Amino acid sequence: MALALAKTEALNARIARHSLQKGGWLGAARAGALARLGAMGMPVKRDEYWRYTDPSSLTVANAPIAALFDAGDEPPAYGAIDRLKITFVDGVFDPAASDDLTLSGVTIERLALAGKADIHWARDLFGLLEERGQTPVERPLATMSTAFATDGVLIRATGKVTKPISLIYEHKSETSDAILHHCIKVEQGADVTILENGPAAARLTMVMEVEVAEGGSFHHIRTQGRDHERRAATHIFARLASDALFKSFTVTANGRLTRNDVVVELIGHDAAAHIAGACVGDGDFHHDDTIFITHAGERCESRQVFKKVLKNGAVGVFQGKILVRQGAQKTDGYQISQALLLDDDSQFLAKPELEIYADDVKCSHGSTSGAIDDGALFYLRSRGVPLKEAQSLMVLAFLAEAIEEIHDEAIAEDVRERLRNWLVRHEK
Amino acid sequence: MLEIQNLHVKLAEEDKVILHGLDLKIGAGEVHAIMGPNGSGKSTLSYVLSGRDGYEVTAGSAKLQGAELLDMEPEERAAAGLFLAFQYPVEIPGVGNMTFLRTALNAQKKARGEDEVSAGEFLKLVRAKAKTLKIDAEMLKRPVNVGFSGGEKKRNEILQMAMLEPRMCILDETDSGLDVDAMKLVADGVNALRSAGRSFLVITHYQRLLDHIKPDVVHIMSAGRIIKTGGPELALDVENNGYADLVAEAE
Repeated sequence: MALALAKTEALNARIARHSLQKGGWLGAARAGALARLGAMGMPVKRDEYWRYTDPSSLTVANAPIAALFDAGDEPPAYGAIDRLKITFVDGVFDPAASDDLTLSGVTIERLALAGKADIHWARDLFGLLEERGQTPVERPLATMSTAFATDGVLIRATGKVTKPISLIYEHKSETSDAILHHCIKVEQGADVTILENGPAAARLTMVMEVEVAEGGSFHHIRTQGRDHERRAATHIFARLASDALFKSFTVTANGRLTRNDVVVELIGHDAAAHIAGACVGDGDFHHDDTIFITHAGERCESRQVFKKVLKNGAVGVFQGKILVRQGAQKTDGYQISQALLLDDDSQFLAKPELEIYADDVKCSHGSTSGAIDDGALFYLRSRGVPLKEAQSLMVLAFLAEAIEEIHDEAIAEDVRERLRNWLVRHEK
Repeated sequence: MLEIQNLHVKLAEEDKVILHGLDLKIGAGEVHAIMGPNGSGKSTLSYVLSGRDGYEVTAGSAKLQGAELLDMEPEERAAAGLFLAFQYPVEIPGVGNMTFLRTALNAQKKARGEDEVSAGEFLKLVRAKAKTLKIDAEMLKRPVNVGFSGGEKKRNEILQMAMLEPRMCILDETDSGLDVDAMKLVADGVNALRSAGRSFLVITHYQRLLDHIKPDVVHIMSAGRIIKTGGPELALDVENNGYADLVAEAE
């Protein structure tokens, strides 16, 4: 009882400064979300799903101050990639830094504007996948985003979208507390790539709901900002029809606290979901990947590849679950989570889970943590590669399996370059 | 080329002495072979010269063209012209063989103040050298030694040697795990690299490798010391009579 009260009080404090927008199709969805949120309250450390990550700085009323960070010593992410740019500064749309939102094969609208209509395609998606993702485990921060998000994008891809849509999140206020919510619908046979980059705010709460129809492809590459003090709780909820493809890759360098939830349901047959992440943390860094994949259709494939490089007391968390429902025969599920600990102070906490109710499936999971292989390091040095360079080579080699999940080589190289730069900056 | 004087080495972690005052002098362009029973310290010698952790040099020196190797980091020894062909080449998942070779070559060139090799030049060079060692394009693309057979690993060592063009090459039991054809291929690779400015130290258990790589001098090593030095006929003597008599004679 006391726990429930604490959760409710935390919720009331957390949402006190945010107002519920009424009217339009969105108003109805928000009201429903608020009712659900009221029943849940805010997460606390005692919740099983927050066992390894303290949510208090994500749920406290005001965003903890996060010093601004100048990442001007390297070019912005995806600089060389031709893309349509949509910029949010501390969660607020910045038209001057955004392109015209028209692109062949896709409609792009802002949530803040499109929500006022009575009828909209997003009505059948907004908040619905988030709500489905609340079982078996509650994710109140996602519901909070459904209720209180100030903006976001509604993207509906109907064909092959000619260039990536790039969501850029800038952080310019030390106390900003951004809540964003995106919906992406990939229609039958359509193909879209979404890029995200930047720290977004002192504290970010975000949801991306993704519906991929039959034969559709969704590609997502995310570069979370280098700001050391930022905090973020992000959620991706995806639902895949038959023959759909979903690929999501996240690279995280720095950040005091990052919690990335990904919830995927493979509903149709022969669909594939690949979720991968590479993170590098030095010092005051806590990174949590929490993944939940449900196989409901037959012959679907899922891959989770998560790699973390940790030093100077950085903490990495991985909670990954594959649920294979009854009838999801010929499921092929793969999960690997690995940490490279560069010293004795760093920590990796992993909880891989499989729950299988079908009898003809292939599921594997593995989790390891270890140091750089001394034998390999010596081999490289014996060929003339200096120690620091050899270490960098080994770290990038460790991350390679995750980076290989990026479908586009130019984007993959952009990510690799960022990781190389990080390694140079964090040699000590 | 290489001059080792009174080298004493123990294991860093325990009080086990492995080399007891080893002396060895290899002139430019010479091929020396070291043979000896198991546990005589042959591999330790190769590791100490290349700078592997886990050993402590308690006395002596090892100079490569007058420069003290024992004061250098492993990568500095490589840049100075030392190369060790490993008995057990290490697998490095995630690092492509080509990337590895080019990184190593350019790191050595940089350390010596030479110009780096361009991607195009490098590709031409590596393809030509790989061809003579029957290393196909697929092997060059794969991660270093990962999934390579024993023979492929040893050929890959010789390819690295050919690319890096060291002055002093140490071959640590390069014949182990090779069939006759593979040994011939590796030996041909080594022989192609023999020149007036390059010396070799071939460590082996068996005489058969020396049929293919003809040594100028053969040393017999036992209990951390060279106990006998002779010409190629010494290797044949060991092949026929074993080490026992020689070891007894030395004691």
